[in-house]
Amino acid sequence: MSWLTDALKSSLGRKLIMAITGLFLILFLMGHVLGNLLLFKPDGGQAFNEYARFMTTTPVIQVLSYVTYLSIIIHAIYSILITRKNKEARPIGYAVNKGGENSTWSSRNMGILGTIVLIFLVIHLKSFWYEMRFGILPTVIYPGVGEFKDLYSIVAAAFTQWWYVLLYLVAMFGLGYHLAHGFESAFQTLGLNHKKYTPLIKKIGFGFAIIVPLLFASMPVVMFIQSLA
Amino acid sequence: MILDSKSPHGPLEEKWSKHIFDAKLVNPANKRKFDVIVVGTGLAGASAAASLAELGYNVKAFCFQDSPRRAHSIAAQGGINAAKNYQNDGDSVFRLFYDTIKGGDYRSRESNVYRLAEVSLNIIDQCVAQGVPFAREYGGLLANRSFGGAQVSRTFYARGQTGQQLLLGAYSALSRQVTNGKVQMFPRTEMLDLVMVDGHARGIITRNLITGKIESHSAHAVLLCTGGYGNVFYLSTNAMGCNTTAAWRAHKHGAFFANPCFTQIHPTCIPVSGDHQSKLTLMSESLRNDGRVWVPKEKGDKRSPKDIPEAERDYFLERRYPSFGNLVPRDVASRNAKYVCDEGRGVGATGLAVYLDFKDAIKRDGKDTIESKYGNLFDMYKQITGENPYETPMRIYPAVHYTMGGLWVDYNLMTTIPGLYSLGECNFSDHGANRLGASALMQGLADGYFVIPYAIGDYLATRSYDKIPTDHPSFKQSEERVRDQISKLLSINGSSTVDQIHRELGKVMWDYCGMSRTAEGLQQARGKIKEIKERFWSDVKVLGTNEELNMSLEKAGRVADFIELGALMIEDALNRKESCGGHFREEYQTEEGEALRDDENHTYVAAWEYQGDESNETLHKEQLEFENVKLTQRSYK
Amino acid sequence: MDFTLKIWRQKDAGSKGSFNTYSVKDISSDMSFLEMLDELNEDLIKDGESPVHFDHDCREGICGTCSMYINGRAHGPQKAITTCQLHMRSFKDGDTITIEPWRAKPFPVIRDLVVDRSAFDRIIQAGGYVSVSTGGVPDANEIPIPTSIANEAMDAASCIGCGACVAACKNASAMLFVSAKVSHLALLPQGKVEATSRAENMIAQMDKEGFGLCTNTGACSAECPKEISLTHIARMNREYFNAKQTSNNIPDKEEVHEG
Repeated sequence: MSWLTDALKSSLGRKLIMAITGLFLILFLMGHVLGNLLLFKPDGGQAFNEYARFMTTTPVIQVLSYVTYLSIIIHAIYSILITRKNKEARPIGYAVNKGGENSTWSSRNMGILGTIVLIFLVIHLKSFWYEMRFGILPTVIYPGVGEFKDLYSIVAAAFTQWWYVLLYLVAMFGLGYHLAHGFESAFQTLGLNHKKYTPLIKKIGFGFAIIVPLLFASMPVVMFIQSLA
Repeated sequence: MILDSKSPHGPLEEKWSKHIFDAKLVNPANKRKFDVIVVGTGLAGASAAASLAELGYNVKAFCFQDSPRRAHSIAAQGGINAAKNYQNDGDSVFRLFYDTIKGGDYRSRESNVYRLAEVSLNIIDQCVAQGVPFAREYGGLLANRSFGGAQVSRTFYARGQTGQQLLLGAYSALSRQVTNGKVQMFPRTEMLDLVMVDGHARGIITRNLITGKIESHSAHAVLLCTGGYGNVFYLSTNAMGCNTTAAWRAHKHGAFFANPCFTQIHPTCIPVSGDHQSKLTLMSESLRNDGRVWVPKEKGDKRSPKDIPEAERDYFLERRYPSFGNLVPRDVASRNAKYVCDEGRGVGATGLAVYLDFKDAIKRDGKDTIESKYGNLFDMYKQITGENPYETPMRIYPAVHYTMGGLWVDYNLMTTIPGLYSLGECNFSDHGANRLGASALMQGLADGYFVIPYAIGDYLATRSYDKIPTDHPSFKQSEERVRDQISKLLSINGSSTVDQIHRELGKVMWDYCGMSRTAEGLQQARGKIKEIKERFWSDVKVLGTNEELNMSLEKAGRVADFIELGALMIEDALNRKESCGGHFREEYQTEEGEALRDDENHTYVAAWEYQGDESNETLHKEQLEFENVKLTQRSYK
Repeated sequence: MDFTLKIWRQKDAGSKGSFNTYSVKDISSDMSFLEMLDELNEDLIKDGESPVHFDHDCREGICGTCSMYINGRAHGPQKAITTCQLHMRSFKDGDTITIEPWRAKPFPVIRDLVVDRSAFDRIIQAGGYVSVSTGGVPDANEIPIPTSIANEAMDAASCIGCGACVAACKNASAMLFVSAKVSHLALLPQGKVEATSRAENMIAQMDKEGFGLCTNTGACSAECPKEISLTHIARMNREYFNAKQTSNNIPDKEEVHEG
């Protein structure tokens, strides 16, 4: 497979990997945000807990989750490789540089934005994903359905802390800007640029970058407000 | 010495094919035993280097720019002529030949011009095959336009960037041969001397412009494709680096310089804005299709053009040439602009400009139409002058644009030095006293792609494969000469910068040997140039050393040669006691003020032979025979 | 107009450079930026100081020689022009103007503001051509080409190879330059024959030269004097991925890519 590794090692191959993993993570975000909307169902968390079990026990979903972990890791590692290579390409920088005149802020700061998202991910996974899988969670019995790990209560408890909510808000800002560039950028890298479709892709990307982080952010905010009541 | 053009005998249309057949051939296996040096990588140089390498010769190509892609051919806007007759409008090889001879005011060689028209067909095919994106019609076939007042549409174009696209085509062919190992490319390298062994051109001396290293390169033939010498005028539409050094130093070794006074002045350039001006920018001639040229009737009228009523404007081209109006040929339009400015009716801060007004065209066709035709030119004008030509008339003035003169070459493009060839604008061959629009690109590529590959074989087939080692005394002597000149330039340390002296030279040339010339003025100029030369060699200030990138030193060497060439141009202009094409002697004009040729006494090419620094050059004449066209007077009334 | 100029001075490739400050006075607003530097150089030479070296040639925006980073922008503050087309009226009297060379590892500084862009030539040599020799080609009108394709090819082919794309890109990526040539030739029937090997070879050479990777910021296109579009990069990507999947070129095992 030397031709393949060779291709993937090239500058365009690396970009391709970033684009494909990025697009997969976008799909993941879509599923994740839709599922988590169950947090808003006023049933004391039953639907959410059922959903949490479904997500951790269904084989197909499990395979997908491994692909997601892998995508995150590869996306992060390649971003480091690419950033390093790009830094090498300009050993001496400019004394005066006005990037703002020719490109968007988010496009120039994907590394920082990605790092924010990554740090958030670590905390986020530790708080919920790790607890769900390996932690000892309280259980709850829903009559006629059975006994469930009560992830909902953990989530609700976490979102009573103001600093935790703030962390979410900052991270979702980062995610929003990351997506604002990343969404359309992935299509461009794949070579999908056409005057008929690209404007639509840009619009969808822009909408996605606003709506998805906003929905994610609304969960801690709403639950924090509810906890105050 | 009798100049033998080596034009083949026989009917015009059979000359070239007969000549190809008669030419000696170099066996394919033996081509690799010959080394060829190509100096300059514009259209002529790049196409020649690529084509010769494809045949199997070992080519060394040199350019002073940082990449062969930057040669000044790149700046040609309008297009390239070819007698394809794709438009079914009556074009033919003979018509292109005829137009070129007539346009050149009957001062070019019939056989060469006919061959140029013949191979023009192949050029377009070749360029399309290379991927040159010429403009096309909706049906997908190539588009043509009429250019420079031609009666047929034979000009192929790629937007306003035809020269760029053709050069990039030739550059790509050259690049391919670099990859194939058949061309060794030497960018940022300048030729400073020619090396002769036993009366033949056998190599060159170069200076590496980054390190200053003086190097010898040996070969079996040398091609000079180094462009024109318009920068002798300091201000021209040429690139800053364009120079005559390679050609001039070959001239000093015995290559005759032909018709140096034939220079073309383009009427529609953006005028000089002040003493700081470093170069001039041409705007396409097509502007005269819709713009009207005028100046105020009164001398020294400094009102804004808006405030000058119709009755007080002089549309001088329309007045003097009712049938051609604003579309008279380049030389006529240029000269008339000069006259009105000399009368003190020029406009703008310097008084050296005339208006080119689109007000009526905008009123007639609407701003959108004018914008679609000339939008990019208007933008360029605005960028440079800060004025909006949609609202206020453009100011234009003529500028030096092309030099028809150059090294004398025979039908094989060989100079008077055996083994030394000259291609493209560097030679004198095809345009006579005036070049037609869109013909420069055609000639550069014709010489490089389709003439030299045949011509060079005829010479090399008679030569031995022996290579001259670069420690041969001839190389050593030439190297010494180059080093001496450089040390001298660096040691003067006077008070005038190179640019200052160049500017002075340019002013003398422009004032006395520009759009119109007189014996009296030329004689004055002769003295002035002598003074400039003396001052240069006693007062020039060149800082730094040879062993570094030293742009002042580069320029100094070039200006030294321009001064000497300038002196020769003056002699040539004095010698040619007639007016023809770009050469207008005020003493020789018709009653209506048009150029008056003297066919009886001046139907010749003036080829000048160098006689040493202190002596005058010797004139040799190549009589021009016209067997296929009848000499007529141009009239645009 | 008067200006303060902060100009990068560096004696040669091996020396360490630094900024020098100069002031120029009585500059006409009609002067081009390069004429302003000419003026400075005339004064420097008269004072016995080494003039500022900078690349320039045609001074009409087409040869691609001039190359300066002016006040944080490739070719200065105006869009769609080269440095030589920039005029002093684009600045305010009393401005401080910082002038730097293109910065990229594959564009080493030769002197002052002059850089070595031969990497671009080597990329073209790797495949930026149609392999036809002189003679023996079909008639120019043999293959019709739709105007939209010819126009699109011309858009790409108008690249002047100045390197502003590399200079402006935060990653010093050369993708816009490379894509302009790949796209120009891939669009035309004459170039399609070698399209796969061209894309592979030119990109391999680009990587070897040490240019950075594209992160689609679009700075290249925004600063390009010829406004070459990012769609050409997309087309190059398609060409490349397609070539990698379908071409018969399998690299030798020993071949090491710096990628």
